[in-house]
Amino acid sequence: MTEQVVYAYAVARDSTELAEALSGLEGVARSPVHLVRGGQGGELVAAVSPVDAADFGEVPLRRHLEDLTWLEAVARAHHGVIEALTERITVLPLRLATVYLDDDRVRGMLDRRGDVFADRLARLTAHVEWGVKLYVEPSAEEPPPAVPASDDAGPGRSYLRRRRAERHARDDVYRTARSAAESVAEAARRYAVEHARHRVQQGELARGPGENVTNDAYLVPLERGEEFRSEVRRAVEGLSGIRVEVTGPWAPYSFAAPVETHDEGHEGAPAAGEPPDAPGGVPGERPAHRGTQRAAP
Amino acid sequence: MTTSTTGGAPPAGGTAREEPLPDRQIALIDLLDRLLSDGVVLTGDVVLSLADIDLVRVSLRALVVAISERAPSPWAASTAPERDEP
Repeated sequence: MTEQVVYAYAVARDSTELAEALSGLEGVARSPVHLVRGGQGGELVAAVSPVDAADFGEVPLRRHLEDLTWLEAVARAHHGVIEALTERITVLPLRLATVYLDDDRVRGMLDRRGDVFADRLARLTAHVEWGVKLYVEPSAEEPPPAVPASDDAGPGRSYLRRRRAERHARDDVYRTARSAAESVAEAARRYAVEHARHRVQQGELARGPGENVTNDAYLVPLERGEEFRSEVRRAVEGLSGIRVEVTGPWAPYSFAAPVETHDEGHEGAPAAGEPPDAPGGVPGERPAHRGTQRAAP
Repeated sequence: MTTSTTGGAPPAGGTAREEPLPDRQIALIDLLDRLLSDGVVLTGDVVLSLADIDLVRVSLRALVVAISERAPSPWAASTAPERDEP
């Protein structure tokens, strides 16, 4: 038998509903999910499952994470466990690929961090996360009809003129987008108790149409979800070239970590502030966009 | 569930449960937004440091997500600094 390590998905309060949710539940690599008890007199649990060390050891894990197919499979399996649990109880989702050597190590983590987990679970109870993304539609980015060149305008000049007109049209769209973003934020904050900002989505994985200009998450009381969604949609009604996409409800991924404190001995958790410098310094990777920024609304 | 005010955006995100239907499936990018940058960050025994996660993100961007020179946000520092070269 191959060596196994323990993949941890979430922390929650122990309950009978949790035991029911766990029945037959499979996690990463179809491994059966079970609970490890600890912390707060055994009232806290971590949902975990055994995985092969050959895949989740430090070196293979780092290599695997470069493989989008592998990453997607793990991400969806992780999310599947979180969703199954969230249907019944409040959980603190752990970050992807949080791996321990064995159950005892998980128990130790629960014991050490019990108070923080308990506080955060209390805060998140009966709340869900909604994602709100604002897009500038591609049609709105099209340049306006070319300004007719006057007789004395050479090709160079009319080119510049056209470029200027395009830029103005684009500025207009972004002005509209900005005011839409403000309206959406205002509407959202009437319902939300916390707000987190993700980096905007770009590239092949970003499914359009349009250009994503804001990518936010809001923590909203469970019973206010429908109102939240309809008010957010209403906030951009009548604005041409602007589209809002609301995703959710999500488990409170973006709000699982306490706003200010982070795991001890772990420098630079992904919160507002200064993330560490990017190793390698890839061009176009902006430090301020590497973490999720969190704030109370 | 996804809602759009204009246009027919492909449904993304939502409460996709067991259905593997493509249009019920959560967009991977939305999931990665949450699973890589969020969630409680614990130092597991397999120490995947934050720097590593950043490396993953950087690599993903380099390999999969085209790095766009366009500003990530059309307006300046109100949301986040942009275009600031180190």
